[in-house]
Amino acid sequence: MGSGLTGYVVLAGVLLAGALLFVVAMLGRRMLAPRAPTRAKLTTYESGVDPVTGGWAQTQVRYLAYAFLYVVFAVDAVYLFPWALVLRDAHLGVASLVEMGIFVAALVVGLAHAARRGLLTWVGTASASRSESPR
Amino acid sequence: MSHDVVEVVLRAVCVLAAFLVLPLVVGQTEHKVMAHMQGRLGPMYPGGFHGWAQLVADGVKFAQKEDIVPIAADKRVFRLAPALGIVAYLLALAVIPLDAHVFGANVDDGLIWAIAVTGIGTVGTLMAGWSSGNKYALIGAMRSAAQLLSYELPLILSCASFAIAAGSLSLVGIAHAWTPWWLLWQLPGAIVFLVAATAELQRVPFDAPVADSEVVMGPYTEYTGLRFAFFLLAEYAGIVVMSLLLAVLYLGGWTGPFDGYLGWLWTLLKGFLFALIIIWMRVSWPRLREDQLQRVAWLGLVPLALLQLAITAVGVVLTA
Repeated sequence: MGSGLTGYVVLAGVLLAGALLFVVAMLGRRMLAPRAPTRAKLTTYESGVDPVTGGWAQTQVRYLAYAFLYVVFAVDAVYLFPWALVLRDAHLGVASLVEMGIFVAALVVGLAHAARRGLLTWVGTASASRSESPR
Repeated sequence: MSHDVVEVVLRAVCVLAAFLVLPLVVGQTEHKVMAHMQGRLGPMYPGGFHGWAQLVADGVKFAQKEDIVPIAADKRVFRLAPALGIVAYLLALAVIPLDAHVFGANVDDGLIWAIAVTGIGTVGTLMAGWSSGNKYALIGAMRSAAQLLSYELPLILSCASFAIAAGSLSLVGIAHAWTPWWLLWQLPGAIVFLVAATAELQRVPFDAPVADSEVVMGPYTEYTGLRFAFFLLAEYAGIVVMSLLLAVLYLGGWTGPFDGYLGWLWTLLKGFLFALIIIWMRVSWPRLREDQLQRVAWLGLVPLALLQLAITAVGVVLTA
């Protein structure tokens, strides 16, 4: 083949093989496995007790903070990979190192701030908000 | 043209074969290693010799079990979810080179590809948990997604460190750039990678999303039979992918005695070493609580990975 796309054509083939594996396996299961659905079997599993209300459960949205932190750092990570390829360049090397240092340092300050304000400790925030309402 | 088609088909079939065999090897190793660490024998009967066919028998059993889709489930998403995990790790396995010339697909940015597609596996888990219509599954899926968010970052940062050290995004290129110095120079990055990979695979001690004593089986609670087995297959395929990836990034892949002939064997053995460590962790450590788990990522691994990044970058500039 020889073109730069060769690898990706193979990956498309692998993707197809994976899809085929799933489909064939499901067909095989359909032929081998018994099918005898009853109402009790198809009920939502809640440790053997009759399910209470629907599948939705209210929880605190604590993970939101991590999602925000992740978005901030993920943008940083995107810039790291192109940087990996130019760092050895005589003209860009040192200058890009300093720039990247400043960039990452700003993010670290943000992370340190989040940690200092108790965003990353659940126990701390729980004791702080105990006066609000018992959960 | 027909040559090309044959080549693509052959490569895809080989990757598929590796995908179906290597996870079973790791799974059987886990059976036996765990058993011996706990003073048991593990499976001894199936296949005759030390129960080697236990997982094959398990697979046959799973295929014969009834496939249950609960009434409350979002049925189409529920049925599709297991496919995402296996396809994701299959695509990741395809780009990992066992030798300079032994790989499924050689792409210039193999490292980025591998990290990108492994993240998709977690989307499958999220789909499974969300569509099940089950509270355990929903809570487990949210934990799983939060865990991916937190541990994907140190994983990417440590990968970036290897890429910077090598000045390449190609997995073959990174393994070529490897020198024994990396064992010391990239050690923090390798530790971060191993811990973050274990967390991303939801393995002990980071198995809060599937913690049986808290949320039954988390996102997989409602699954039965072959669909459930596919989630297990994806987990073990994930161990294979992460172990081989770390072997290529940190231990120089096929570098070793007689690597002209035995290179692929070295990569497999080095990967197997990391798989053993992941199994060992499961036997040794209790589960981290959900908030501890997040703290480890943000206050332990991320700063450590950033430090490694600084060490790597300064090292590269000083020696360039």
